[in-house]
Amino acid sequence: MDLYEHQARELFEEYGILVPKAEVTDSPTGARESARRLGGRVVVKAQVKTGGRGKAGGVKLAADPAAAELTARQILGMDIKGHTVHKVMLAQPVDIDGEFYVSYVLDRASGSFLAIASAEGGMEIEEVAATRPEAVARIPIDPAEGVTTAKAAQIAEAGGLPPQTVDVLVRLWQVLTREDALLVEVNPLVRTAQGQILALDGKVTLDDNARFRQSRWGSEPTEHDEDPLEAAAAAKGLNYVKLDGEVGIIGNGAGLVMSTLDVVAGCSARPANFLDIGGGASAQVMADGLSVILSDPAVKSVFVNVFGGITACDAVADGIVQALDSVHLTKPLVVRLDGNNAVRGRAILDGRAHPLVQQATTMDGAARRAAALANATAGSAGVAGTASISGS
Amino acid sequence: MAIYLTQESKVLVQGMTGAEGMKHTRRMLQAGTNVVGGVNPRKAGRTVDFDDRAVPVFGSVREGIEATGADVTVVFVPPAFAKAAVIEAADAGIGLAVVITEGIPVHDAVAFHAYARARGTRIIGPNCPGLITPGQSNAGIIPADITKPGRIGLVSKSGTLTYQLMYELRDIGFSTCVGIGGDPVIGTTHIDCLAAFQDDPDTDLIVLIGEIGGDAEERAAAYVRDHVTKPVVAYIAGFTAPEGKTMGHAGAIVSGSSGTAQAKKEALEAAGVAVGSTPTETARLVLARLDSER
Repeated sequence: MDLYEHQARELFEEYGILVPKAEVTDSPTGARESARRLGGRVVVKAQVKTGGRGKAGGVKLAADPAAAELTARQILGMDIKGHTVHKVMLAQPVDIDGEFYVSYVLDRASGSFLAIASAEGGMEIEEVAATRPEAVARIPIDPAEGVTTAKAAQIAEAGGLPPQTVDVLVRLWQVLTREDALLVEVNPLVRTAQGQILALDGKVTLDDNARFRQSRWGSEPTEHDEDPLEAAAAAKGLNYVKLDGEVGIIGNGAGLVMSTLDVVAGCSARPANFLDIGGGASAQVMADGLSVILSDPAVKSVFVNVFGGITACDAVADGIVQALDSVHLTKPLVVRLDGNNAVRGRAILDGRAHPLVQQATTMDGAARRAAALANATAGSAGVAGTASISGS
Repeated sequence: MAIYLTQESKVLVQGMTGAEGMKHTRRMLQAGTNVVGGVNPRKAGRTVDFDDRAVPVFGSVREGIEATGADVTVVFVPPAFAKAAVIEAADAGIGLAVVITEGIPVHDAVAFHAYARARGTRIIGPNCPGLITPGQSNAGIIPADITKPGRIGLVSKSGTLTYQLMYELRDIGFSTCVGIGGDPVIGTTHIDCLAAFQDDPDTDLIVLIGEIGGDAEERAAAYVRDHVTKPVVAYIAGFTAPEGKTMGHAGAIVSGSSGTAQAKKEALEAAGVAVGSTPTETARLVLARLDSER
């Protein structure tokens, strides 16, 4: 889970890292009051979990409280790369004498964390890294030792950061380890005209797997909750992601479901969602999943693709029958069952003999069928032209 | 021969007495795995009956190794205790730890990988289905009845895609199938398995299954180009996955321009690897390669 900038800022402050004075609000009048408390002149920053805010007009300087209100009115409700701005942060401006970049990031290749540091913060660090890799230092961290003062000094020197940043580097490592973060990034880390080292903007990604021992952010709504279908699925404990197409997809196992989306896209149709019922799914999970997908008005047909490894196909079939009995099915369902108890599962569906449910013997054949049904229902020849969203 | 796991392997199960551990220990035994014991300090000294076999429970991995000569452990313990379980196994000098547990915090995985590596313990997983050498041994949760012994080696990030490919190629059979897991930090990589299959006299062809996220497949492609002479056929899932959305596996997330399925496919094809567009087509490519080798 990514934190909002204002949450990262609070976290840094709690760990003794200097940050600009700031307040968060969801209203223009609140912005005016905050600006007044902060001394009048403020930076108004959209709170969204995506980069490129500045370019999108989501970060602006306001000269006084009245201007802050006006600016907040412009920014609140703005759409930045598909993220609606619900809150703005108002921060005291800082006199900047130098801008640096620092992050701790998981390095999959080595299976441990890396420190990344550069004296060229404040701009597109990816671009600096691509064009002048020597300007960006990458230092592996031994997980058993972590970032000690000596290690921090090594990182600062390698990245060309001033020695005063050593203390901040140690504290940021504490944020990473104690909060179970996968990424802690400060860009820019600045030296003020007064010589203080201050985290001007930060990004923190927390490990969802560690939620059982990190209660701090447990009640924060995630962005997924903004989509009503994703919220409904989350409430039922389903692993569901809404997409833009017309073919509803249910399968077991993340890899097989991703593959199913691709195979459907290869048949000139677009998947409406990702839904993984997981290993060993019960009839109830299958029924819940089907009911979420059938409640999506964009769905024109549904493809149930299950390879029973641990999952038993008869339980999946029972779940489908259970859903058929509780919802009025108006959309065609294509079901492909293979593996564990597949014969029994197919027999259960044959026995129910619902006119809108058909079975297929192969994954590719089922995908073609579900795609054709969706395109026939959509009644448009244009769908094929929009199907090629892969590989971008 | 096969890789990592044979009929000689003596297998301990950490977390055997839990519900998942019980279910899968029974399945492993049915598949012919030599399960020599479970580990649970609170139930040490007891035995657990699986059909016609009584399996002893040891108080620690070290006791289990001393009593049985075990060289493999399969870990089913819950996420909060997985780090301690793997460190205990590495301390006891186990050769291979197969970590099935899903949802282990990444900081814990980073810690136990570094610890195990320093002690010469190979880890497979976490969040993986384990590995199977059909007809010999099964360490984990891969269904043993999908296919039979053969000469294809398979390495995969995804469990169900492993099963799907095993099913598509069930009449050909497999030397060993390794599910390396979909987490961002894993012990045994595609490259480790490619190297092992290249050296395995019982493997003629390697199937590599990848998915979006990270650059493991790109690195595997470079390894194939430089070090693998056996034919490799690949499948990549996730062409339609949107940027920034996690598709179930913690590792399966595309960020920015890196980690896309297209980039992986291109890297593999540039290394001479045939890449199928669906699991079924991938199986057809395997059959074609095997035919042309004859």
